[in-house]
Amino acid sequence: MSVKITVNGEVVTAYLDGEIDHHSAGIMRNEIDVAVEKNTPSMLVLDFRDVSFMDSSGIGLVMGRYKLLKPYGAELHVTNTSPQIGKVMKLAGLDRLAKLDN
Amino acid sequence: MKDEIKLIIPSRSANEGYARVAVGAFITRFDPTLEELNDIKTAVSEAVTNCIVHAYKDTIGLIYITVSADKGIVKIRIRDRGCGIPDIARAKEPLFTTGGEERAGLGFAVMESFTDKLTVRSTVGKGTTVTLQKRLKVKDDGQK
Repeated sequence: MSVKITVNGEVVTAYLDGEIDHHSAGIMRNEIDVAVEKNTPSMLVLDFRDVSFMDSSGIGLVMGRYKLLKPYGAELHVTNTSPQIGKVMKLAGLDRLAKLDN
Repeated sequence: MKDEIKLIIPSRSANEGYARVAVGAFITRFDPTLEELNDIKTAVSEAVTNCIVHAYKDTIGLIYITVSADKGIVKIRIRDRGCGIPDIARAKEPLFTTGGEERAGLGFAVMESFTDKLTVRSTVGKGTTVTLQKRLKVKDDGQK
C-alpha cells in the first residue's frame, strides 16, 4: 500500500496503490496532504487504478481531501475506479462532491 | 455438521485486511460471484473497523468472527467485548459518526446495503454483536 505523487503544472495526481481501509487510509492521507500543501494545486486527481479494495475509509479519505481543497477553490477528480470501489462511492453520494471519471 | 469457521483476532488495524481476506477465502468455496464476494469483504471490513475504532477505542481487545454457510446463505457474526453502542438507531444513521473528521459515518450503511440482512445487538459496557446475512445467487447447475 502506497501513494505515488506526480506534479504537472497546477495538477497534483496521487496514484493510490493497494487496499484502502482504516489502517492504510491514514498513511495515504498524510502523503497526499503534504503534496497538496506544498504545491497548492488547482486540481487534485486521485487515481484508483491500482486500488484492489476499498471500504468506507476510502470515502473518508476522499471527503477529507475535498474539505482540504475547498479553501483553495481547487477541484477534486476521482479516476479509474473499479466496480467495487464505484459501488462504495455511489452509496456515499461522492459523485456529488468530486468529479468521477472511469 | 454445518460448515463453519471461527476467527479470533486482536483489534489492531493491521488485522482488518486479514479478517476480510480470511472470510473471503472461506466464502469462495461456495462459488459466489465476484460482486457477492466483494460485497461480503466490504461489509466485514466495516464491521471489524467498527470494533477497532469504536468498541476498543483506547485499548486492544479480541474480535470474534464466526462464518457459516447453509443452503446458499452466508451468515457472518462479528462480536466484541468493547464499550457497546448506547443508541443503535443513531449509530446506523448515514453520516453519523463519533470517529472524528476522517470517518465517513457510513459503516452500517455499507453493511446494510451490501448484504441482505443486518442485525445489531449491543449492551453498553459489555459489547456488540453484528450479524450479516447474504444469500448467494443460485447458479444454473442448481448446486447451491
